[in-house]
Amino acid sequence: MRVPAGESVAAAVLVHALDHTRTTPVSHAPRAPFCMMGVCFECVMEIDGIANRQACLVPVAEGMQIRRQHGTGRIDE
Amino acid sequence: MSKSARLAVIGAGPAGLSAATLAAELGLDVVLIDEQASPGGQIYRALAEAPAKRIDLLGDDYRRGRALLRALHTSGAEYWPDTSVWSLDQNRTLGILRAGRAAMLQFEQVIIAGGAMERPVPFPGWTLPGVMNLGAAQILLKSAGVVPAGGTVIAGVGPLLLLVARQYLRAGVAVKAVLEISPRSNMLRAAPHLLRATAGGSYLRRGVKYTADIMRAGVPIHYGVSRLRAHGDRHIESVEFASHGWRGRCDRMLATDSLLVHFGVTPRTSLVCAAGGRLAWDTSLQCWRTQVDQWGNTSVDGIAVAGDAAGIGGAISAEHSGRLAALAAASSLGHITAAERDRLSHADIAWRRKDLRIRPFLNALYRIPPEFLVPDDATIVCRCEEITAGQIRAAVREGHTDPNQVKFLLRCGMGPCQGRQCASSVAHIVSATRQIPAAACAPFRVRPPISPLSIEQLAELSMADE
Repeated sequence: MRVPAGESVAAAVLVHALDHTRTTPVSHAPRAPFCMMGVCFECVMEIDGIANRQACLVPVAEGMQIRRQHGTGRIDE
Repeated sequence: MSKSARLAVIGAGPAGLSAATLAAELGLDVVLIDEQASPGGQIYRALAEAPAKRIDLLGDDYRRGRALLRALHTSGAEYWPDTSVWSLDQNRTLGILRAGRAAMLQFEQVIIAGGAMERPVPFPGWTLPGVMNLGAAQILLKSAGVVPAGGTVIAGVGPLLLLVARQYLRAGVAVKAVLEISPRSNMLRAAPHLLRATAGGSYLRRGVKYTADIMRAGVPIHYGVSRLRAHGDRHIESVEFASHGWRGRCDRMLATDSLLVHFGVTPRTSLVCAAGGRLAWDTSLQCWRTQVDQWGNTSVDGIAVAGDAAGIGGAISAEHSGRLAALAAASSLGHITAAERDRLSHADIAWRRKDLRIRPFLNALYRIPPEFLVPDDATIVCRCEEITAGQIRAAVREGHTDPNQVKFLLRCGMGPCQGRQCASSVAHIVSATRQIPAAACAPFRVRPPISPLSIEQLAELSMADE
């Protein structure tokens, strides 16, 4: 997927109509970016293997791997 | 612990830009720390990079920030973008995260210019994808040129509704309706402040013009809206509301896949709370703000708060309060005398006073009605832990009579946002349930890290200390 440099991951998700960024740990409900300024934590995603990153505060980068976060995020190691 | 500048200014919005610029011009060793990649805060977000067409659409309120960016550039202040602050204590030790590395830095003076955030107001369906803050949509427009392509409904209170509706119409976005929730009774509350507000400059005149432009474009503006709810399964599909005209109540439903909401802004207080600074409940703003003197000094020695983080005044007032905090810091550090500080502050104090004249009128006119502050039992209040207003009410009735007790019992405010989105709602619910003033509630306690950092980053920090 191609996204203008400097754009946030959350903006990229919304522009490409990917709808939601995460599901909640309690009821598994879908959630989407709400504040776009780092205060609501609705946009937490797994970015380059690290869970709980605020997609509205992370600019896109070449080759970046972005996944929706389910619940509290997985722990690999 | 590293040696560092004498003054730290946190936040590069209008208050922080003005504070850092003036402090550097007065000869202070100053570092301006900001979470974003470029200066401007949320109001002037991405201004330096925005294409001319986008700047034209956003208008003079946005363009105004250019002078601040230029002044910072020539001031000699050091500027650290992409840097988050995860801790501040009463000794002015700052925990920062920069380029993936954590550090602790000691400063002689700290000015917090953290700005405001949109007031979180819970209503049924507010957690559905497709429901977003209006200011968030403005950030998308400023930083990425993005607008809701399929049209939108704009709901909430205040002049931003009109401003954005007008921008969207000019950008060719279908605005299906503007829903203003402030009840007509607010007009009576606001009337005594009207004369003073008209002396406050062009704000009122613009409000009237924007309303006329929107109506002329055929967009319905509903006033006195209540019973706002978003419906949908996994995404918003419709918005339901009741409008209260002169002829009584009328229930309506609009199909939409986008609802943008805005209920005014409230001060961001996490950092000053973490440092032990005292907050005050502001009955006019209906939320907490930092307790400060006229220079922005908080209850903690050497820590000041400038701009909207100390109480909502808007961008222009924030510039003045940033300059006042810089003068006070320069005086405390012995760069200027108290007499010089007082002399240099006259213009800012006078301009700020003039600019703030509209505030009592706006606060009264756009006061949030109790129905919205104190939601129905089934409405989710804590978005992170999915705690409803009913659970909070039940906890209060069981004897958990303070917001912090509610937090311990329910985990309400203990999720990733650390209570930023539910703190004021919990206070309103506790206050309504106990029938005590919200001012009698204690704010949630705030502990670092107030922004995320990994265990690895924290561990590397302690190794660097040894």
